[in-house]
Amino acid sequence: MSTLKEAAVGSTVKVKKLNGEGASKRHIMDMGITKGVEIYVRKVAPLGDPIEVTVRGYELSLRKEYAEMIEVE
Amino acid sequence: MTSSSQERMTMSFTIALAGNPNCGKTTLFNALTGASQRVGNWPGVTIDKKVGKIKGTDSELVDLPGIYSLSPYSPEEVVSRNFIVEERPDAIINIVDATNLERNLFLTMQLIDMGRPMVVALNMMDQIEAAGDEIDIDGLSKALGVPVVPISASKKRNIDELVSTIQSVAENKTAPAVSKYDDSIEIVVEAAMKELSGKVPEDSLRFYAFKLIEGDSLIDEVAPGSREAISSWIKDMEETFDDSADSIIADSRYERIGQAVSGVCKRAPRSDKGTRSDRIDRIVTNRWLGLPIFAVIIAAVYFIAMYDGKLGTSPGAWATGWLNDYIGDELIPMVEEWCVDAGVSDILTGLLCDGILNGVGAVIGFLPQMIVLFICLVILEEIGYMARVAFVMDRIFRYFNLSGKSFIPLLVGTGCGIPGVMACRTIESEADRRITAMTVTFMPCGAKLPVIAAITAALAGAWWVGVCAYFGGIILVITSGIILKKFKHLAGKPAPFIMELPPYHVPGLFTSIKSVFDRSWAFVKKAGTIILLTMILIWFLSHFTLSFDYIDPDEDMGDSILAAIGGVIAYIFMPLGWGDSWELASASITGLIAKEDLIGTLAIVLGGNPDLDEDAVGELLALILQDSAIVSFFTFNMYCAPCFAAIGAIHRELGTWKHTAIAVAYQCLLAYFVSIIVYVVYGTIIGDTIDWYSYVLAAIDAVILIYLLVAKDPFRQLGKADPEGAEE
Repeated sequence: MSTLKEAAVGSTVKVKKLNGEGASKRHIMDMGITKGVEIYVRKVAPLGDPIEVTVRGYELSLRKEYAEMIEVE
Repeated sequence: MTSSSQERMTMSFTIALAGNPNCGKTTLFNALTGASQRVGNWPGVTIDKKVGKIKGTDSELVDLPGIYSLSPYSPEEVVSRNFIVEERPDAIINIVDATNLERNLFLTMQLIDMGRPMVVALNMMDQIEAAGDEIDIDGLSKALGVPVVPISASKKRNIDELVSTIQSVAENKTAPAVSKYDDSIEIVVEAAMKELSGKVPEDSLRFYAFKLIEGDSLIDEVAPGSREAISSWIKDMEETFDDSADSIIADSRYERIGQAVSGVCKRAPRSDKGTRSDRIDRIVTNRWLGLPIFAVIIAAVYFIAMYDGKLGTSPGAWATGWLNDYIGDELIPMVEEWCVDAGVSDILTGLLCDGILNGVGAVIGFLPQMIVLFICLVILEEIGYMARVAFVMDRIFRYFNLSGKSFIPLLVGTGCGIPGVMACRTIESEADRRITAMTVTFMPCGAKLPVIAAITAALAGAWWVGVCAYFGGIILVITSGIILKKFKHLAGKPAPFIMELPPYHVPGLFTSIKSVFDRSWAFVKKAGTIILLTMILIWFLSHFTLSFDYIDPDEDMGDSILAAIGGVIAYIFMPLGWGDSWELASASITGLIAKEDLIGTLAIVLGGNPDLDEDAVGELLALILQDSAIVSFFTFNMYCAPCFAAIGAIHRELGTWKHTAIAVAYQCLLAYFVSIIVYVVYGTIIGDTIDWYSYVLAAIDAVILIYLLVAKDPFRQLGKADPEGAEE
């Protein structure tokens, strides 16, 4: 089982499942990260965190601690 | 236009404007309402509420905060859904960014479920055409079940059609057609609607049904116990999909959106290099170039708006210097002369010139600099760089429990605390915004520079005074971030750092100018009201004796009410090594007008001459205080309550006077604690005589501070549900 946190920069992954609950999970879903969606990992911030991804045609940045809640394949 | 449609145009409705952040909502609001805007606050939160009349109609447009969803987690979302549910607007304009359809439509799907008459304003159509894309408007309208009007808010295209459509939808009370989901979900929705029927507004039943299934806290308020009633239905559905209920709902919404969009959108092939925004972003937030570019941009803002030193004077500092000189050297003498000629009494002349004009002038004098600063900030915001600041700085600031966006207010605060506090508005998380607003004024602002100069002179030219002032400010901001998050009111909800990075774009001229004007005006209003009153109070205290005889404070301030008050509170400062000097205590009070007034007051009370410069005042201080006490006097005045103007700005961000009072009390207490520790430690090192009670108090303070710093944070729960009762 791998998560978005481990996905390499430049790779495209597909969301399998969201873990966690409450505000964080809700917010992740609101921003368009739901089961089956493809995520392209664009880059990592200069200080190593957060990461920037492309999802549903727009740019989204999220901290690695939240990327870890997103199971991908 | 036919007569019936003319009639319709003049009918008066309440219309809500809803949409995602960064979709051109403000631009559309300006285009629809023009100059007829009023700004207020939403109840209970410090979020601007803008209302205006739609041009050519009598309808009122209410601008809802920019939101991604109608979840219960951010104050913006709660405010928006409460407005729609409770105020029941006649219609909703949902502005949607056509270049980012899928995510924008997620909010649309939820708004449709609320059952109010609605129109989708499909914005940025000019960009769609420029990219060679095509969107089948009729098809989209059919798929969504609401009218869709293609517009370009920035180019003011099709705004008239949008207005006539929304007027007609409001008049005919056209409810949106609901799109159904998978049968196994609709069964549960059906059950939920039956359970909720009669307990919630009938036309928003479907919205509440989804909230019930998602486990939204809203339901516990309006229909307690209903979750238990349908729990078996939800459990069945969760087993069928092998997922949690909230995920199932979100997935089906996005699935439905995907179907709708794929049928009506034709995207032209993109070049391999990506859009212009992509190419800019590749450089600007590059792993290696990101930080240097950030430093250059910040330095540029600093040199345009604030710098005044060896290398010259920035436009902002120049303009403010000019206005200050004008007020001090031309305006006030002119008014004074005019008063004398007209035979106005000395007291009234003094109140007008020394009290009101001098005090308010000290604040208004900063206006030009602030306008320059606001222009820089608005441009950075409009371009889309502010979101990148958070992206680049997040790693550092999260250690202090603050957002990356807190950097900008703190930087601005080194010029002047007022725009610094006001710059907090761009921070999304309410808790972060409040904490940043409470701590910005720890940064040494321009008005504190004369104090730094005087203290440097008092310590025989100690170079480290200025450096320590800045480092001390930074350290206090950091410690405050850690301490304040442990308090219930400021713990807030753990704001997840999941943030959209909007495409870079050229700022709209009208929107930018308006934004600069709004902020500047908010500042002027503050100076005109609360500051005016406090200025008059301080003037009164320093110009009258306890038996209400008028005195000239340049001659006998020692007899004034201010001196009497100073004499009483001087006891509070004895542990800081200030002796029982009323002079120092009174000077600290006048620092509330503007920090540089501290030096003016000391010049009068210690030297008997209001025109002494900072060096002379410093030397006078050195005569009455030992070095360690000079340092504690300095520390306290650097970090205690800021000037009234800044307190006014803090009030604007915190919303209530109670919270403002708590903020000021916190600042004063922290300054007091730190000063006493600095006094005792520094005094011991250099061998000054220090009273026993100072040691005792310093020890107690140190224990309290260390406890607050290391105590476990009761609210820190990452990725978990929001803490119980974190709300006020």
